[in-house]
Amino acid sequence: MDTLILLVVTGLGLGALYFLVASGLSLIYGLMGVLNFAHGAFLTIAAFLGWEAGRRISDGTWTGLAISALVGILVGATVAVLTEVLIIRRLYERHIEQALVTVGISLAAVALFEGIWGTDPIYTDRPAWLTQTTDLLGARIPNDRFLLIACAVLVLGGIVLFLKRTRYGLIIRAGVENRHMVTALGIDVRRSFTLVFAIGGAAAGLGGVLASVYYGYVSAHLGSVLLIFAFIVTVIGGLGSLTGAAIASVLVAVLQQFANFYLGGTGDLVVVVLLAAVLLIRPRGLMGKAA
Amino acid sequence: MSGPVAGEPILSVRNLYGRIAGQQVVEDVSFDVPATGVTALLGRNGVGKTSTIKSILGLIDRTGEVRLAGERIDRMPTHRIVQRGVAYVPEDREVFGSLTVAENLRLAERDRSPRRELVASLFPDLEARREQRAGTLSGGQQQMVSLARALVNENRLLLVDEPTKGLAPRIVDEVADALAEAARTAPILLVEQNLLVVRRLAERVVVLSSGRVVFTGSAEELLDDHDRVQRFLGVHDEREAA
Repeated sequence: MDTLILLVVTGLGLGALYFLVASGLSLIYGLMGVLNFAHGAFLTIAAFLGWEAGRRISDGTWTGLAISALVGILVGATVAVLTEVLIIRRLYERHIEQALVTVGISLAAVALFEGIWGTDPIYTDRPAWLTQTTDLLGARIPNDRFLLIACAVLVLGGIVLFLKRTRYGLIIRAGVENRHMVTALGIDVRRSFTLVFAIGGAAAGLGGVLASVYYGYVSAHLGSVLLIFAFIVTVIGGLGSLTGAAIASVLVAVLQQFANFYLGGTGDLVVVVLLAAVLLIRPRGLMGKAA
Repeated sequence: MSGPVAGEPILSVRNLYGRIAGQQVVEDVSFDVPATGVTALLGRNGVGKTSTIKSILGLIDRTGEVRLAGERIDRMPTHRIVQRGVAYVPEDREVFGSLTVAENLRLAERDRSPRRELVASLFPDLEARREQRAGTLSGGQQQMVSLARALVNENRLLLVDEPTKGLAPRIVDEVADALAEAARTAPILLVEQNLLVVRRLAERVVVLSSGRVVFTGSAEELLDDHDRVQRFLGVHDEREAA
């Protein structure tokens, strides 16, 4: 029983990380049809700069972590907005060029980060409580999982409130469904494109800082690794569906943990099999709209 | 919003060409829409009526000259054209199915004082369904939402594309009533296959064939001439097209 609880909660923690990356990917694809392969770079630069800011002010404390998170969010949002305004905006409706450019950005970013921070992971200090465990029905749960889950729930709640309660949220929800009709109602939908990139970048930025807490290090490849699973989650959940991304994040991460434990470390393989099954049986994903 | 000079058309289209995926779908189309009443844009299926409307709005690639009350709008993006007072009711309604009726209407509100009372009086059924998702409405109710989105603002021109397509006869009458009411507030360029509706609403018609204008004149003149109706529209009389 304690093993089951440990695997579920650990899976939820990992799912929280996937969701923070996948939420932005899903919204960006849903509204603009852009498969943003540069999203991992937003996460990595936010993780590095968040870590740099946190350790300079108060290394290994809650204050330092809060500053890291704040800087990570701001950096993620800023880099995402700059990417949209300077590069992606010129490539709307040109999907092959978008893929090539964003893949190029992600590769160049990794090389840049390795040039600045080196190729080896840099281990980070965390507040002491995050390195400890809590007993939950006999299972000793690493405390950082609770932080990840709480942050992801807050982000999900925040995005849902934004989408439901604000005019921009209304525009984004309508734009995900039919962008051209939003324009035909006299709304400059491009403004919401930038906003969605900012939201996605901010979530990825927070994800980057939390990933450094989860793994205990920052590295130039942090974003690339998470991006692969975030894409899988986005496809399984249904491109453009935030709820789908949240459900698929939990599903994929928990399944991954169980497979790693019970099937001899085959978590990644099982996730890819699940992706293939979803694509064959329900190509639009769990919550995606029909083509 | 300034209106057109007396006698000047609200919409003037000159040498309009439209393309979809590299294919020419509108070819050298020129016509005017008067500043009052309903002008019907007619033609057989596939002659480019919807594409002409979309070209005017900039929803597809286009070249040529389009003026709204004398101001050139052919180089403006779609949202700016609409902000100048051109409302669009698309073919197949295109309501946002995942949004509620109220959200569909709120999204469409451009004016500081949207005409909610007018919409409520024209479409009382929608008032009762404000919190219902638009995707769960019947075709007729969705058409009401689509029309309401256009009428909630003060407009200088309404572009209405096949509003009665696929609707039951009773609903067709309701839609025609709403359009007649709307025509009191702004001129309408109406794409319509149902010639009974055209006869009831339109004073003037523009007929397209193979992407070109082949007839402009009064609706009565065209509809009373069965040979022309047969030649231009491919039907023998109005009831056949209803």
